[in-house]
Amino acid sequence: MAELTYREAVARGIAQEMERDPDVVFLGEDIARAGGVFKATVGLFEKFGPLRVRDTPISEQAILGAAMGAAMTGLKPIAEIMFSDFIAVCFDYLANQFSKSRYMTSGQVKCPLVVRTANGGGLRFGAQHSQSVENWCMMIPGLKVVAPSTPLDVIGLLAASVRDPDPVIFLEHKSLYATKGEVPDGEIVDRLGVAKIVRPGKDATVLALALMVPRAVAAADRLKAEHGIDCEVIDVRSLVPLDTQTMLASVARTHRVFTVEENPRLCGWGAELVSIIAEEAFYDLDGAPLRITTPHIPLPSAEVLEDLAMPGTERIAESIRRAMGA
Amino acid sequence: MDFPLSEELRLRMYRILVELRESEQRAYDLFLQNLVKGTSHLSLGQEAVAAGFAAAMEPRDLTFCTYRGHAHTLARGVPMEKVLGELMGRGNGLLRGKGGSMHLTSVEHGVMGSYAIVGAHIPIACGAAWRAQYKGDKDISVCFFGDGTTNIGAFHEGLNLAAIWKLPVVFVCENNLYMEYTPIGDVTAVQDPAAGRASAYGLERILIDGQDADVVYRTARTAYDKARSGGGPSLIECLTYRYSGHSRADPAKYRPEGELDHWRGKRDPVRIYRERLLAAGINESMLLEIEDVVRRRVDEATEICKAAPPPSPDLLLTDVFADGGAAWRN
Repeated sequence: MAELTYREAVARGIAQEMERDPDVVFLGEDIARAGGVFKATVGLFEKFGPLRVRDTPISEQAILGAAMGAAMTGLKPIAEIMFSDFIAVCFDYLANQFSKSRYMTSGQVKCPLVVRTANGGGLRFGAQHSQSVENWCMMIPGLKVVAPSTPLDVIGLLAASVRDPDPVIFLEHKSLYATKGEVPDGEIVDRLGVAKIVRPGKDATVLALALMVPRAVAAADRLKAEHGIDCEVIDVRSLVPLDTQTMLASVARTHRVFTVEENPRLCGWGAELVSIIAEEAFYDLDGAPLRITTPHIPLPSAEVLEDLAMPGTERIAESIRRAMGA
Repeated sequence: MDFPLSEELRLRMYRILVELRESEQRAYDLFLQNLVKGTSHLSLGQEAVAAGFAAAMEPRDLTFCTYRGHAHTLARGVPMEKVLGELMGRGNGLLRGKGGSMHLTSVEHGVMGSYAIVGAHIPIACGAAWRAQYKGDKDISVCFFGDGTTNIGAFHEGLNLAAIWKLPVVFVCENNLYMEYTPIGDVTAVQDPAAGRASAYGLERILIDGQDADVVYRTARTAYDKARSGGGPSLIECLTYRYSGHSRADPAKYRPEGELDHWRGKRDPVRIYRERLLAAGINESMLLEIEDVVRRRVDEATEICKAAPPPSPDLLLTDVFADGGAAWRN
């Protein structure tokens, strides 16, 4: 057992998979000699050499295209897109290429690859380096979408993503890179499509992802201490595949549901989850579902404005308290 | 570059040329009968590029092409009825009706896909070549695209990556003079859309007659040998011409009068090659036999496809994910 930061967990997860399988290769901007702009890939270049850990030009289309070509001919590439906002300049590969090739070719072309990217806000980077783009990824048939909230999940879910035969978008939260957590020694492999109840409770179900998980847990602790409201917080962890059973079972126990989403309001992932719950667990609910989201705005950079925009512990707790009538 | 071409090879190339010509003409005829739906982009007039590059490949080599990909797919030996069946939306199609004309793919023949977003496959071909380089495999990737592709970003990202990583990939620009409905010269900063960009990536300027299958074959062999021996990528621009419009919807009225007649009359790749072989002393009866066999094959393939049932509705929700299905939730 060791205490690792979220960023150290990224490097450990990649190293674990590269040691296990020589077909795992890694490419991206500044990932090799520089160790990544978030220092999440330090040491990999020294350990695995320039043929397996390759610095690329600022060419996001070339990065994802090359990852796809390598994947469809036998490698298992991990491609880094430095900031998830940059997915917009190579979206073709997510939206049209590796997501669809298996279907379009009737199963002939397989693309086992992982796109790692630093997602989310909180670092005062402004509207083009802070977005939460999980909803962009979730809407595309053929992609798997994963977003870990702890160092342990970074390693386990990254390993599961690399071993998965389908393309996976792996969204690391850049505001979590400095956070720490206990991680056991030895190989760690998790499963995609399994949500985790991180704080059991009986009064309300709170669905959260990535940075919103620790904030939801802090809000739940405050609600319990100050108002006696006992929230069950579920870390969704994987939007595709989506573990609806864990969520529906929780709602059947608590009879209330809240989502805590960093993405802007429209078409956020919570809208899909709430619609599933409304269709399939309507009569379990004792009150209207509530989505706690970033407003439908580009993210501003100044601390006071960005903090107002993103769901914070206080807004989460207050929104739930009001809805619960406490 | 000036190595001799055996009679066997030349007859093989002639057979490919005739196959491409006859099957593309048949695809066009089937459109007119409303048996091919959707759109389609024919290679009539451009057959020598596909034939020459394919004939120079080894079976393990990989083809990446655009939505104008029927010819490149057939030239690798993919059965004609599978291609026509896919165009006709039949269950016997190459992709069982899930891809259509613009996505022909046959991994077992090294046809790694037809890509309908312009330029997307240029980096993808780089990735396949990176795999060969990393694994020490001796296959090369050959990536075909039109003149219009040279103005999209992915082309430049891919060329740069291939050059800096010295990847075993050969880029083939089929310059048929038109970017869809617009003359390529009207929208391109240099006269030769691919060859004029080669120096930007430290590559040799290569501009060839794409209507002469021998020239194409020799150029291909040279580039393939270079790629296979670690010499890195090549960018080859082939001057060619398409007889039909950009796609099914395009009557190509933008072409100056006489241009099509000039190319079809004087620069036709099938006729050029037929006359070349006759001049080289090959007996015309051998060419007539090739033509006859091919025409019968096209007729047979057409009948097979007409009789084939549509795809099973069960296919709708298959092969989205590796488990064979489309389930995104439990």
